[in-house]
Amino acid sequence: MFAYIVRRALQGALVLFVVAFIAFTMFRFIGDPLESMLPREATELDRIELRERLGLNDPIPVQFLRFVGNAIEGDFGTSYRNGVPVAEMIAERLPATLELAVVSAIFAAVFGIGLGVYTAIHRDGWLANAIMSASLIGVSLPTFLIGVLLIWLFAVELGWLPSFGRGETAELFGWRSSLVTVSGLKSMILPALTLGLYQMTLVMRLVRAEMLEVLRTDYIRFARARGLSERAVNFGHALKNTLVPVITIIGLQLGQITAFAIVTETVFQWPGVGLLFINAVQFVDIPIMATYLLLVGVLFVAINLVVDVLYAVVDPRLRVERPVGRA
Amino acid sequence: MSVGPDTDADIGTRIDANAAATAAGTHPDARPGAFARAWQSDVAWSFRHSPVAMLAALAFAVLVIAAIGAPWIAPHTPFDPGSLNLMDGFTPPMGEGMGSGERYWLGTDDQGRDVFSTILYGMRLSLLIGLAAVAFAAVLGVTLGLIAGYVGGWVDALIMRVADIQLTFPSILVALLIFGVARGLLPPESREQMAIWVLILSIGLSEWVQFARTVRGSAMVEVKKDYVQAARLIGRKPSAILFRHILPNVMGPVLVIATIYLALAIIAEATLSFLGVGAPPTRPSLGTLIRIGQDYLFSGEWWILLFPSITLLALALSVNLLGDWLRDVLNPKLR
Repeated sequence: MFAYIVRRALQGALVLFVVAFIAFTMFRFIGDPLESMLPREATELDRIELRERLGLNDPIPVQFLRFVGNAIEGDFGTSYRNGVPVAEMIAERLPATLELAVVSAIFAAVFGIGLGVYTAIHRDGWLANAIMSASLIGVSLPTFLIGVLLIWLFAVELGWLPSFGRGETAELFGWRSSLVTVSGLKSMILPALTLGLYQMTLVMRLVRAEMLEVLRTDYIRFARARGLSERAVNFGHALKNTLVPVITIIGLQLGQITAFAIVTETVFQWPGVGLLFINAVQFVDIPIMATYLLLVGVLFVAINLVVDVLYAVVDPRLRVERPVGRA
Repeated sequence: MSVGPDTDADIGTRIDANAAATAAGTHPDARPGAFARAWQSDVAWSFRHSPVAMLAALAFAVLVIAAIGAPWIAPHTPFDPGSLNLMDGFTPPMGEGMGSGERYWLGTDDQGRDVFSTILYGMRLSLLIGLAAVAFAAVLGVTLGLIAGYVGGWVDALIMRVADIQLTFPSILVALLIFGVARGLLPPESREQMAIWVLILSIGLSEWVQFARTVRGSAMVEVKKDYVQAARLIGRKPSAILFRHILPNVMGPVLVIATIYLALAIIAEATLSFLGVGAPPTRPSLGTLIRIGQDYLFSGEWWILLFPSITLLALALSVNLLGDWLRDVLNPKLR
């Protein structure tokens, strides 16, 4: 298992290297970094001096190494648009995005697995069929449309939930959280639903397909023959053996959730990194775009690595040196 | 697919959609022409026996015809400022404009633009960008996939590594990044005009990977077959072998992926435009229209939002259903 993880880690390192290089290229060659940093009345001499000071005359590999070094130390340059260090802006907004992503992922996993098991067990029931048909529409609905429709129903027509922002936040162990106030929790519901709905249908369809496969196998028939309760058969035997692909998908979807958080955050004006990124794209604020790319790169590589490790832990066939315990 | 969608529900018993055969004056039973053979193929049989596919094809055909015919169907030209009457703004559906007294089926938006007409023109743009982006992605992906599968070695390794890395990231993110970079490279004054080309480029570049992977896999199998060896032996150029001999044999899955990706591309375009980084408000696509409509949700002008949303949903759903059906028919293994 060790060799397997090392191989995966090396692959991740390669991805990170490429991502860092792309971010560096963007940072260095798109837009003129001098243009945004010098005052309008700057002379040619100021220009040359600043070039030297920023190290823009050094060979490209040296500049790249310096870029990576700075990034590791948490220095991502300053925003072209408002001159604030990018690291500060990201740090301020990251908690909002992470909270939203985690709540959505939990929602998607819990309801996805639950509905998936239900639709698999009652495969010909009318409710199961209705859920399956509804999920097809759910897959075709773009995320932003789901968000807009939810706002229309719950914020405009019914007036139950707020339609934008994070509500009140409170300091919790140095983390500005909206999960501890009532208005924060209310503000969380619609964005989390919007973000998690697509992943939920995905998990549900996957669990259902896997369950139907497993329920046909001999060991399930034998479990029934042994007189085990339906619950023990469905959850203890069947569900357990569908979990490997499900864990992979949920893990990989965490990355997708972060990406689609851009959309959800725009719909709900949620003050997270995604909204920051969209504004950066609109105003061609390259340092923020490059930093976001780096951040997402690290996140995705980390998620993939964790999923690979979990995979090895859950699937005994991938873990050779330890004896296989009783399932 | 030479079988066009039929407007008649009773499609199984009639062959009047057989425009090609009628035009050529042939009788399908007497001498099977190209169309008659296509009509009797497995795909056509499955089409005639799948109500979902027929319904989806019908819906898609109606939408496409409406989009193509927008200049003739639309009762107003919404992007000609001279023909707009600001007094007509916010006319509810079926209502008469305050200024002109004209009747608007689906109401008007804030500037008095007829919602029905803006939807037709918007759909035209959405479809155009979607089709162009998928065509671009398909050409790029198929070419790279063929080369990777045929040449092998480090070329293959390089192309597939790039594909792997890109696949790590969701395509919407890739499209957004390419969009941002392209905007950064363009001079500010031409950004607005180039927006549509940039959209096609960024969506196309974000979706080539699946084409390349599939084609590469099939190409690697085909390369070992006798006909390719024979073509090599008689000294055909590699490019001729790739595009004239191998390509026709790997096109099935490409068609399936292209259909499914058309829906994805339409949604991607709508998403980018909704986020405010796609089609400009002066030339709105469906996504831009929904973005505009969202602003009037709270003041009760729901029609500005609802009708473009329904159109987008119908478009995406019909293409999705057609893609699912095609996948099941052409390649049961992909299921």
